[in-house]
Amino acid sequence: MDNNHIHLTLNIWRQETPSSKGFFEEFKQDVSPDSSLLEILDEINNRLEAEGKRPIAFESDCREGICGTCGLVVNGNPHGPLPKTATCQLHMRNFNDGETLFIEPFRATAFPIIKDLIVDRSGFDKIQQAGGFVSFNAGSAPDANAILIPKKIADLALDAAECIGCGACVAACKNSSAMLFVSAKVSQFAILPQGQPERYERVQAMVKVMDENLFGSCTNTYACEAECPKGISVSNIARMNREYIGAKFKTEELVD
Amino acid sequence: MIKLDSHVPEGNISEKWANHKFSMKLVNPANKRKYDIIVVGTGLAGASAAATLGELGYKVKAFSYHDSPRRAHSIAAQGGINAAKNYQNDADSVFRLFYDTVKGGDFRSREANVYRLADVSNNIIDQCVAQGVPFAREYGGMLANRSFGGAQVSRTFYARGETGQQLLLGAYGSLNRQIHLGNVTMFSRREMLDLVVVNGKAQGIIVRNLVNGEIESYSAQAVILATGGYMNVYFLSTNAMNSNATASWRAHKRGAVYANPCYTQIHPTCLPVHGENQSKLVLMSESLRNDGRIWVPKKIGDTRSPKDIPESERDYYLERKYPAFGNLVPRDVASRNAKYVCDEGRGIGGGRAVYLDFSEAFNRIGKEGVKDKYGNLFDMYQNITGTNPYEVPMQIYPAPHYAMGGLWVDYNLMSNVPGLFVLGEANFSDHGANRLGASALMQGLADGYFVIPYTLGNYLTTEKPAKVDPKSNEFKEAENNVKENVSKLLNVNGKQTVDSIHKRLGHILIDKVGMSRSETGLKEAIKSISELRQEFWNDVKIVGKGNELNQTLERAGRVSDFLELGELMALDALNRNESCGGHFREEYQTVEGEALRRDDEYSYVAAWEFKKPGMWELNKENLEFETIKLATRSYK
Repeated sequence: MDNNHIHLTLNIWRQETPSSKGFFEEFKQDVSPDSSLLEILDEINNRLEAEGKRPIAFESDCREGICGTCGLVVNGNPHGPLPKTATCQLHMRNFNDGETLFIEPFRATAFPIIKDLIVDRSGFDKIQQAGGFVSFNAGSAPDANAILIPKKIADLALDAAECIGCGACVAACKNSSAMLFVSAKVSQFAILPQGQPERYERVQAMVKVMDENLFGSCTNTYACEAECPKGISVSNIARMNREYIGAKFKTEELVD
Repeated sequence: MIKLDSHVPEGNISEKWANHKFSMKLVNPANKRKYDIIVVGTGLAGASAAATLGELGYKVKAFSYHDSPRRAHSIAAQGGINAAKNYQNDADSVFRLFYDTVKGGDFRSREANVYRLADVSNNIIDQCVAQGVPFAREYGGMLANRSFGGAQVSRTFYARGETGQQLLLGAYGSLNRQIHLGNVTMFSRREMLDLVVVNGKAQGIIVRNLVNGEIESYSAQAVILATGGYMNVYFLSTNAMNSNATASWRAHKRGAVYANPCYTQIHPTCLPVHGENQSKLVLMSESLRNDGRIWVPKKIGDTRSPKDIPESERDYYLERKYPAFGNLVPRDVASRNAKYVCDEGRGIGGGRAVYLDFSEAFNRIGKEGVKDKYGNLFDMYQNITGTNPYEVPMQIYPAPHYAMGGLWVDYNLMSNVPGLFVLGEANFSDHGANRLGASALMQGLADGYFVIPYTLGNYLTTEKPAKVDPKSNEFKEAENNVKENVSKLLNVNGKQTVDSIHKRLGHILIDKVGMSRSETGLKEAIKSISELRQEFWNDVKIVGKGNELNQTLERAGRVSDFLELGELMALDALNRNESCGGHFREEYQTVEGEALRRDDEYSYVAAWEFKKPGMWELNKENLEFETIKLATRSYK
């Protein structure tokens, strides 16, 4: 593969603690076009460590675009300039020799910075704990083919279920809304027969916890869909709004 | 010497689990809430275990080093999950899945465990569908299946190329429900650094809070490890960046024996290495082998572009050597043969890569047809390599992927330390010397949803473990052990980075304890790993402090364990004077170059007891094959 290096200037956000003042630190780096952005951060960190300097704190895990751990803002775009690409899949061949990059953490009130590029996304877990499940104990399931589900319905549910929980939608939204994230799970279960028994309680419980955790409102700019590494559709938000309003009528006597 | 009793129940293979479930003692529903259970790791095995134990009423504390259980590396499994549903009416059965798994594991797994795995496989699919996992479906609404590496029936259930994600999110949902109900308390960003053993029983763990560096103690009446595999020991592997062996290794150093560490799976369909700064290897689902044909040029050093190499000058080496299975031979066979052709100098451009070519499939089902089946994998390939696989054949090469070895467990999934249970990839039990495709997800969920909920209760009622105060001496001693280890690491203050030492370990291992091993190479590996370990403790450099978020310190702890584990892998490989599954010893092969098993001498599980770094004692559990006759694996 190609080994012609290109030269980049990287301005990387440094912030030692949640309350300390952050700043951009400049790094000049020759990079292989086949390397990913995170591999460049690895290289810089190895150099910093060898020099006895504090490495850049950033998170990543699978580096295959599916675990949702990595999430950086590159030149203003969550996960960088390429559509449907997580930060870990962003390769340097997408940048030009001599280019300058600005690398920041996801910024949202609901995602406080822990250190450098690491943010706290536990608000997402709290929303899922409120209702992102089908209440079904292990051991009592009927045969898997007992309920037939049309392929179209299964595919539509999977389109929504592909969300990786990275938080790019929140970081992209000027209101820090989590509507795309929440609506993806609400949609999956609103579409599937297995989700029907708790359909209306679920949407209300999840929206309530979403609001409690300082996520903002949706004003339909669709920035979330544009930045989503899995291309989750904003039609899920529309569906969630319908579900939510419907739930208000249908379950007054059922929901606390 | 430790006496290893597998506790396999009496009776016919198909009745063992049913009999055992009946004979095990139960915990009264009202008493379950009196038991505290620790689950370490919240991937498929851990999340399903924590959720199910919560459903039963136990008080569960679940631990993960991730910020959320949804990050666990189970999420990256692409291809699918096996079950013996026989929905395709192609003569599949529990017995056939059992047979295929024992044979695929090259007769080095425990029959009774494997049968149970095949037996509960159908319940897993039922459970996941009931949770709302959106598996692939046919137009009529039935679940879809495909065939997968090493199987001649279509028994693999899948959700596009994201089966692991959907199954993990299903288990994560169940876990979230139990957190919501208060039955499970989730401790995220915590790394287990020691096991606490009181009066011979596992009673708790010591963790480091990864945000503030505090050392915390948690007590319980049983500890369940579901902490995944150790393939990052090779530095470059398909595992996630943070996957590590530390929890199971620290348990090993507290007495749990480590079984078959030399059984490692090197997966055939991964992207080739692009350079020295590469951080990890990317796997592409081996479902690609259903339609892709693997070949290399016949000529050594052929540097022509693939389109200029005529059919007559291509060697479809798997189809040639294994006409019955062709490109669908098991992973170990496919990987080793890729290594051989590259060793001969016939790799692409003389390097370490082979072609995975879809031109025949393009002609048969069209590019659209291929896109429909493998679109996301083709996109991923293009994204990573910058080459369009619809135009130019893919290049692949094997990469370390899955650890069949792990902590030894009995039929109840309990280690030799009473009260310490081990689930999923972290244990050694079900895959023998080689794991078949689409059976890792199956095993993780079988252990978590359908095995541990039964066997744990039996332990609690028969052994009656006490509640231990986390301020007791045993906890204090373990806490101090962890603190001393952390400060020892920070005080080395040498010159080499953690990654640079880890990379050197990886080079030694892939070279000498990889796809092909020899006595000389293994002896060299043992020597160089032991020297590298000394070097690490004399010259590693860790910037920062212990009482803060310090990722270098986290990695250093993990690498220090890999430096011990790597040596044990080589020792185990040296001890096993035979070839089986993923363990191929050059001295033991047939005239045709196939693996030569030596059943008379090596039909046992090698379970190593830790004495001190670099010194272990071998314990053996003999494997009995009562149901399936020992046979030479042949895929010709």
